[in-house]
Amino acid sequence: MATLTVPASKAGAPRVLKSRAAGKLLLLALLAAVLAPWAAGHWPGATWPHALTVHLDKPLAAASDWVMDNRDSHPLFLYFFGYVSNAVIWAVRVVYLTLLAAGWAGVTAFAALLAWRVAGVRLAAGTATAFLACGALGMWVPTMQTLALMVVAVLASVAVGALLGLGAGLSDRLDRALRPVLDTMQVLPAFAYLLPVVLVFGIGVPAAVLATVVYAAPPMARLTALGLRRADPEVLEAVESLGATRRQRLLTARIPLARKELLLGLNQTIMMALSMAVIASVIGAGGLGDRVYQALASVDVGAALAAGIPIVLLAVVLDRVTAAAGDGGTRPRTVGWPYALAVTAAVALATRLLGALDWPAGGTLDIAGPVNRAVDWMTAHLYSGVPVVGGTADWAAHFTTWVLDPVRDGLQWLPWWSVLLIVAALAWLIGTWRTALTAVLAMAAIGVLGVWEPTLDTLSQVLAAVAVTLVLGFATGIAAARSDRVDRALRPVLDVFQTMPQFVYLIPVVALFGVGRAPAVAAAVVYALPAVVRITAQGLRQVDQAALESARSLGATGRQQLWQVQLPLARRSLLLAVNQGVVLVLAVVIIGGLVGGGALGYDVAFGLAQGDLATGLVAGAAIVCLGLMLDRVTQPTGRRPGKGA
Amino acid sequence: MRLRTTVPAAVTVLALATGCGAADMTKQASPFANAHGSKTVTLSVQSWVGAQSNVAVAQYILEHKLGYRVDTVQVDEVPAWDALSQGRVDALLEDWGHPDQEKRYVTDKKTIARGGDLGVTGHIGWFVPTYLAKEHPDITDWRNLNKYASLFRTAESGGKGQLMDGSPSYVTNDKALVKNLKLDYQVVFAGSEAAQITQMKQFAKEKKPFLTYWYAPQWLFKKVPMTEVKLPPYKEGCDADPAKVACSYPHTPLQKYLNADFAKSGGKAAAFLKRFRWTTEDQNEVSLMIAEQKLDPQEAARKWVDGHPDVWKKWLS
Repeated sequence: MATLTVPASKAGAPRVLKSRAAGKLLLLALLAAVLAPWAAGHWPGATWPHALTVHLDKPLAAASDWVMDNRDSHPLFLYFFGYVSNAVIWAVRVVYLTLLAAGWAGVTAFAALLAWRVAGVRLAAGTATAFLACGALGMWVPTMQTLALMVVAVLASVAVGALLGLGAGLSDRLDRALRPVLDTMQVLPAFAYLLPVVLVFGIGVPAAVLATVVYAAPPMARLTALGLRRADPEVLEAVESLGATRRQRLLTARIPLARKELLLGLNQTIMMALSMAVIASVIGAGGLGDRVYQALASVDVGAALAAGIPIVLLAVVLDRVTAAAGDGGTRPRTVGWPYALAVTAAVALATRLLGALDWPAGGTLDIAGPVNRAVDWMTAHLYSGVPVVGGTADWAAHFTTWVLDPVRDGLQWLPWWSVLLIVAALAWLIGTWRTALTAVLAMAAIGVLGVWEPTLDTLSQVLAAVAVTLVLGFATGIAAARSDRVDRALRPVLDVFQTMPQFVYLIPVVALFGVGRAPAVAAAVVYALPAVVRITAQGLRQVDQAALESARSLGATGRQQLWQVQLPLARRSLLLAVNQGVVLVLAVVIIGGLVGGGALGYDVAFGLAQGDLATGLVAGAAIVCLGLMLDRVTQPTGRRPGKGA
Repeated sequence: MRLRTTVPAAVTVLALATGCGAADMTKQASPFANAHGSKTVTLSVQSWVGAQSNVAVAQYILEHKLGYRVDTVQVDEVPAWDALSQGRVDALLEDWGHPDQEKRYVTDKKTIARGGDLGVTGHIGWFVPTYLAKEHPDITDWRNLNKYASLFRTAESGGKGQLMDGSPSYVTNDKALVKNLKLDYQVVFAGSEAAQITQMKQFAKEKKPFLTYWYAPQWLFKKVPMTEVKLPPYKEGCDADPAKVACSYPHTPLQKYLNADFAKSGGKAAAFLKRFRWTTEDQNEVSLMIAEQKLDPQEAARKWVDGHPDVWKKWLS
């Protein structure tokens, strides 16, 4: 039996797909045959027709001027935004002063005890080491500033996210309304969130905190809703039969049952908040991100690294501790809360009495000097003119001339209506007519905004980066799926890379490749690779063992098993990997504007730097549309359940 | 008062706690200021090294001679004006001329006060390396630039010559200039000054030709000697319409600006910042230490302060 099913499903799936696909393509071709000559006749030329653009610069500039002129007088600001802003400042300040009052020893002790309580003794040691390392690198105060901002942002995100998730978990209507919004928010690059808040609040901590909250709340909302909906119906029935009221059911059964999802939501929210709190240094968040930003502005790789390492340490520690809290529950009790707080207070008091609240001045390690010497050596010896292989700068230049330039020129050479057509065809083949329509509308909106050319420039970088990511990612993923040893070796590397904030990746690529589009692409590839590798490996490993076994019994070689059984059966995972790859690559390509990536990312940076919010907001809107389009084009959400497949 | 009843309860509680009806968000300090009860001055740093030098020396003197605590925030010039008017930063030490902002904040709203000359005169222009100017003496006239466009071709500029621009935050008319002077060039933005410097050093190491937007005073001239390309001369008002500019950049005496409240009640710190005034040579000395010898800015400031007591003693008296 088993021997029969494999070839049958193998031959069957593509045929069905082919007929569906052919039908869709035929319909599109018909549509194109009618519309394209008409469009080309009306508006000739490759770029988006001038007649179809709407210039938002003037009204946006007027709006921005109005905000600046009325910020200190209009009731909307005095009685609403002013309070929001004040509340944020007040909260951040309270946390910051508390952290400073606890001193470095107090904070480290508290963090270690907290980690011990929820995650065991090994993570406690790790946490203490991480905090001490932040101090040793001379980054204690910036670390505390980032931490203060994070604490406030995470609390607000969790509150907002949990409320929305509670609503969506209990009401089907709210769930239907929220889901597409939350889905979309998760695929948008962090950079796009910065400008609207700056418009209202100006540069500074309030804007940074609010952008972080907006960016970090969606995963909490999604996972809360998911957890509430997933609760075991039998348990709920049992509770109901006991005569519990609605509220009792919620509090005693549904929420406790959703504990795992809630803690996973907390973990994701914290990680996203850290990532955003660092990027928000571009709008005046201060802290560690600001140090990285300052160092990048003077290509001081050593100083950037000194601020980057604490970010990475914080990320790893926060991720491990919250993740451990998520799957814990059976662990023996270690320290109680009163005990932990008492020790913290004692340590803080002791350091205060000793007058050593600030990190000791002599106790810092200067890594900037040695690192910069290493980088100088690298640029002197590896940058260019290395025999046979060429230098890294030569690679970057070749990649730019042979890959990025042709792709960009090709995209910009294509007539605008044919770009729309390609988008429609891709989205429809993989998804539904709905996703195709969204994708086409998003792409058209970019044209209407008048940023067609820079968007295609960004798109060319995304395409090149995705191509490289997929080749590397699939190859590594296949290797990891086929060999346990490779998988074990890769896992810790992937774990670390997946938790690092996007900003950190810009540092090494500038050192290696200089500036331009090539380093932006390189950073994007490195950032997206772990997710692609992981999803690919998981997808391949989850392939039905029976199918694999039967293929083996038929005498298929390893290569045949891979190409004819595993890869086709893991199609869904592979598509998901592509989707994730595209979304992650876009996020970093946009930030690449800070290291010479140009295009939309540069426009946003320019808008922020020159206070020209009109340019920045238009570019931000285009980024949103581009993200939406790319997500929909690669989204394998198939037909609804029940309609076959 | 009716409005207040509609805002969320938490906000109302806060409003009662702070005891005021209206919350003016334009009068907010940074939450990180004045911690530990110390007097804090917040200085804005711009991304170029000259501005870092100003701030480094000001910070060193404020901290070690006047007993203040100094926070620095990286903000570009135009956003710095906004932050300055809101009191989120106290001072901007090097401004290259922003008439619109000056009219809005200094003349109309009076939230920013002038802080006097920095003592340094800035000039923006187009530059080629001196080794190239020696090889082709006529390259320093803009009329001959098209003849040499092929020399400046790079991967990023396509078929045209490359005119390298730096950070997005700098004052520049280069795109308009290239268009209005009908030059066969493409403006390529390096994305940041540091990126631009890295690129220029690489070119200079291999004695390759390049054409760049650059400005004086700048420490890099000591490392890579450069010669300015003459553009049509600057006349008052010739850069009024950004789209029609076809003339060179002016010579600008760089200015300091302070938050108006800080200027009035900032005590010794404000008085010191108003008197802060040094020469191009002084600034370059500190800049070279920071950018070329990779000294920590505070370390560089200490060296300069130790060596020039005659200059800074005047700022404190």
